Amino acid sequence: MQFDSFQSFLAMGGYGLYVWLSFGVGLLSLLLLWWHGLHSRRCLIEALRKEQARQTRIRASQQNGEKHESKA
Amino acid sequence: MWKWLHPYAKPERAFALCTTLLPWFGVSALLILATGTIWGLAFAPADYQQGDSFRIIYLHVPSAILSMGTYSAMAIAAFIGLVWQIRTAHMAVAAIAPVGAVLTFIALFTGAAWGKPMWGTWWVWDARLTSELILLFLYLGVIALYQSFEDKEQGSKASGVMALVGVVNLPIIHYSVEWWNTLHQGATITKFAKPSIDSSMLWPLLLCILGLALLTGAMCLYRLQNELLRRESHRPWVRAMLLEEEQNAV
Repeated sequence: MQFDSFQSFLAMGGYGLYVWLSFGVGLLSLLLLWWHGLHSRRCLIEALRKEQARQTRIRASQQNGEKHESKA
Repeated sequence: MWKWLHPYAKPERAFALCTTLLPWFGVSALLILATGTIWGLAFAPADYQQGDSFRIIYLHVPSAILSMGTYSAMAIAAFIGLVWQIRTAHMAVAAIAPVGAVLTFIALFTGAAWGKPMWGTWWVWDARLTSELILLFLYLGVIALYQSFEDKEQGSKASGVMALVGVVNLPIIHYSVEWWNTLHQGATITKFAKPSIDSSMLWPLLLCILGLALLTGAMCLYRLQNELLRRESHRPWVRAMLLEEEQNAV
């Protein structure tokens, strides 16, 4: 361990602002990128599910329609 | 080898391969990156000239190396996509570009935050910094060009050409510190010479590079899966996979 206390670890020998600014912004941008990937995956799956449900409904109503026609 | 490699160009095989690889990349990336960063920040000795400000190297150098490595990977994918017309390769370009742009941004930002205390300025228009900024614009250009086309096939061709042209910038970035007089210091690690850094500082740096590389790989794999889902949404394999997931969830 290069630092004798947590205070001096945060201070980084006077360069604390620059070191923690770098690592903070770096971590934040990586997290944002990660979140963006997860978020677009969720949106994609939801859209796919909706489209699939719509297709099933269309097929079902077409089959019903055919039945009605044959009765008439 | 080609016979063995070729089936993975098929979207559903590529998707399955990503699913298999992702946990390995993700877990090892987090472990190695955490070890390297904590080692570098708390346990590596301070620099005799730059004091503790040198610790920014543990984010700056990995992100800078990977911003260029990721660009090469993207350009190779673009080349494969354009020459052999493999759609999965085009999707890889679209998946890699945002990851590379973020890495380039981190390299530029940490460089600025390191430059302020050491050079007395956040930014200078010198060769290394300017060429890295151009790399960021190249990434953004590839993303924008891809997004601007309604037809994604056309979009990937246009952005692929742009990615290939931009390769010229890579050697310029690499040799900029040798070709021009610059504030930026020379390379810390080279293949041919003994590294100009003590091993107590070098080991955490190598861990950080490896960890960030694995993290980059994980992010690219995940985004490639997104891209596959987006562009193959009407294909039966996507439908079958969704159904299977629903049945497992119930």
